[in-house]
Amino acid sequence: MSTPSLAVKPVAPFRFSGVLRNLLRATRRNRKAMAGAILLLVFLVLAIFPGQIAPDDPSAEIFAPGMGPSAHHLLGTTAYGQDILSQLVWGTRLSIIIAFAAGGLATALAVLVGVSAAYLGGIADGILSLITDVILVIPIFPLVIVIAAYRKNAGLFTLIVVLGALGWSYGARQLRSQTLSMRTRDFLESARVRGERRLYVILYEILPTMTSLIVASFLGAALYAVLTAAGLQFIGLGDPNSQSWGTMLYWAENNEALGAGMPLWAIAPGICVALLGAAFALLNYAFDEISNPALRPSRRRRREDLSK
Amino acid sequence: MTDELVRAEGLTRHFRVGKMLSRQTLHAVDDVDFTIGRGEIVALVGESGSGKSTIARLLALVYRPTSGEIFFEGRPLSRVRTRKQRLAYSSDVPMVFQDPYSSLNPAYRISHGIGRGIALHRRDVPRDGRRQEIERVLDAVGLTPAGEIRRKFPYELSGGQRQRVGFAQALAFRPKLIIADEPVSMLDVSIRIGLLNLMSELRAREGVSFLYITHDVASARYIADRVLVMYAGHLVEQGPTEDVLRDPKHPYTQLLLSAVPDPQADLGIADAADIGEPPKVVDPKEGCRFQPRCPFAEAECAAVTPLLRDLGADRRVACHVAEADPPEVAATG
Amino acid sequence: MTGDCMLDVRDLTVVYDSDRGPIVAVDHVDLDLSEREFLAIVGESGCGKSTLLYAISQLLSPPAEVIGGEVIFRGANMVSLDEGRLRSIRWRHLSVVMQSAMNALNPVLTVAAQMRDVCRAHSSMSDAEIEARSKEVLRLVSIDPVHLHSYPHQLSGGMRQRAMIAMALLFTPDLVIMDEPTSALDVVAQRSLMVQVKQLQEKLGFAVIFVTHDVSLVRHFSDRLMVMYAGQLVELGATRDVFEQPLHPYTRGLLEAFPSIHGPKVRLLGIPGAPPDLARPPAGCRFAPRCPSASERCLASVPRLLTVGGIRVRCVIHDQVPAEVAQ
Repeated sequence: MSTPSLAVKPVAPFRFSGVLRNLLRATRRNRKAMAGAILLLVFLVLAIFPGQIAPDDPSAEIFAPGMGPSAHHLLGTTAYGQDILSQLVWGTRLSIIIAFAAGGLATALAVLVGVSAAYLGGIADGILSLITDVILVIPIFPLVIVIAAYRKNAGLFTLIVVLGALGWSYGARQLRSQTLSMRTRDFLESARVRGERRLYVILYEILPTMTSLIVASFLGAALYAVLTAAGLQFIGLGDPNSQSWGTMLYWAENNEALGAGMPLWAIAPGICVALLGAAFALLNYAFDEISNPALRPSRRRRREDLSK
Repeated sequence: MTDELVRAEGLTRHFRVGKMLSRQTLHAVDDVDFTIGRGEIVALVGESGSGKSTIARLLALVYRPTSGEIFFEGRPLSRVRTRKQRLAYSSDVPMVFQDPYSSLNPAYRISHGIGRGIALHRRDVPRDGRRQEIERVLDAVGLTPAGEIRRKFPYELSGGQRQRVGFAQALAFRPKLIIADEPVSMLDVSIRIGLLNLMSELRAREGVSFLYITHDVASARYIADRVLVMYAGHLVEQGPTEDVLRDPKHPYTQLLLSAVPDPQADLGIADAADIGEPPKVVDPKEGCRFQPRCPFAEAECAAVTPLLRDLGADRRVACHVAEADPPEVAATG
Repeated sequence: MTGDCMLDVRDLTVVYDSDRGPIVAVDHVDLDLSEREFLAIVGESGCGKSTLLYAISQLLSPPAEVIGGEVIFRGANMVSLDEGRLRSIRWRHLSVVMQSAMNALNPVLTVAAQMRDVCRAHSSMSDAEIEARSKEVLRLVSIDPVHLHSYPHQLSGGMRQRAMIAMALLFTPDLVIMDEPTSALDVVAQRSLMVQVKQLQEKLGFAVIFVTHDVSLVRHFSDRLMVMYAGQLVELGATRDVFEQPLHPYTRGLLEAFPSIHGPKVRLLGIPGAPPDLARPPAGCRFAPRCPSASERCLASVPRLLTVGGIRVRCVIHDQVPAEVAQ
């Protein structure tokens, strides 16, 4: 393991190989994790290779409108004559991007604020905690609506920024608590006593020990991003010309899909949102169990007669 | 006469306690004098609340004294201000911590902590020489094969091994004095001896001094040349270990010795249990702090704080009664 | 001094579920305890002594579980009793003093409130009776009853520990189990607590099982001494006999690992090495890798428990003549 130079790198280090290896091993053994992982994998594949899987161009309004499921259109067509399945497949990409980008941004902010607040202490902690608590308490959805409404037809970028900038407070609290509990750990005092700078200690001594909490935080943020983004697009604050599940819901609602005999147009994207959210949630549960053995389901043992 | 490495004079550290507007002060350490020589192992013995850990941190420059001064190699620590000076000092006087389960960062291999120490303090070691140096110190503390241990993670090592890593990290600085803050109290009994032997060996081989902080008098006797006894923030007795243990002058030292469970000794001491406990020293009054529990206390003891007085033969005691006439007690052996 | 057998533990086995596989924390342990007897259980970290205590008092929770053996207390097998019957035994006949009072005492309740909880849970005493009894037990452990209305953090460490013991004595049980009650205390407080416990035992006539890692602490207080290593019983006998002539190399090493404050200074060796990983225990004697007297025989299989001159010991060194072997 090479020792980092005294010049501070701007990126928080992960012991990537180690975390990944542990993660894979733990996932294989935990049923919830496996389910979540498989779901997520399916959606990732759809997001990366939509062209290969979707039968038609999602925006092409060339088919007979309002048709039910058939051999050619597995989920039927929309009121505008688009193939629903193709829209669904192509819509995955946007949802995945939002989940990872907004979730990632929120997590990055949570780490920055939470860890700094705990480590710096004093007034800095006071101010950062105040900001965290304020944002935590404000109902996010209405706030997001208000902000998004300023930029009509919010593009992808706006959506990601807004979701990320408002979704970090929960994670920040958790990370702050965790960092506080670590302040008494001798290896931190040891680092200070040997002369390490504060920034070094935060980036290289504290953060690497919190990778599981950070990943768990990310999964929670991703879940929140998926659901909130879908909700925003559903009420028309997204770009109505983009291909996403939320937009599908928007158009379906506008055309009263449920009542007008095209139920799949609304149900299918709804189910996808739910499934992607569930994938993150399952992985999150699994993470809790992995990092806290007390939560694991215990297997009842039979009373065996062991020979001496 | 050994070369003097550390001299503390009137060392005092107070902490403000209580709620925000209170003006209560905790007198963690009050007016302590002591010296540590080159190649000497000095034991600082006391129970919890005695101030021994605070002294360790004062010596490690984690805290600054409220008053008094510590001289290292003749130079006062109060003049150590810049980052460069602090690095130089902590290179000479590193600390080993008590808890082997939290003294190593679990995210990194063993080589990490030692390597950082070398990077920060050993300009004489080039980058490609670090690995060799890491292995050298691991060898010196008995962690062999060093090449393998270097690449392990803390969870793969036992408590005793982790503590040895702590010593290795300290050794990597080429220190003059190692502050060992209760280095064995969290280890299994059968493992402690190994580490105590290690400290003796390091002193003999590398000439490092140790300030060994402990509540266990028996281990202090095992390795220390001199012993300092602390009670409630005061230094109450000091002297060569054998002399102090064989003929303790201060009533607290006597109490401490009588309470040490010794598998080889018979139960012969009066078992009228002393139920007192060391006081929390907040805004203390004048007078000896041990007086409430002292079987020999006289009128003067409650009124006048006893000062550390020389009794000859390198022995000092802070006790009015001991100065006058060493009390006769049922001998402890 | 000691009377009939009140506790008979036979072949007790406790297993933990871990992600490295099942760990046998307590491996076929037998022990017996008579009335008014003081039994000390000694061992280092990971030897299973705390798990054994919890198994005896039926306080284990998942992932730990008793999978074999019996704990016969006053004729009833505790392992097979239901919660109701267990509750009638707990505290009236058998009480437990935990390791760290700060962890075991509820920080938001006064001592009085906690004692009241205990009394109400196990009896139908009136409030007046409860208060009187609470004051009485506090006096027993030399705590001024005025502290009845203090919170745990207002008491010193030694007092908290004594308050725990007072709580354990509320119903004057027949057996008090103590799990390292002195480890958080200073030497002087430890000593006075031990003396107090011994005095109370003699006065009130209860038996004690005292678990500790510090064997020198119990030398003058226990009637019998039991040594555990890696989940197994390795030596059990009268304290004086075990101290004078330890039969098991581990016991010998343990007793010699204490530097003395009297007598000549001798360089000691301790017991280098570490206990085995219980997820993958060795096939033979678990102490063999660290044992100065180990031989080929030791590695083949786990040594049997033998009785040599009144002391039970698990070591092949004493397994000379088949005729002397008793199980």
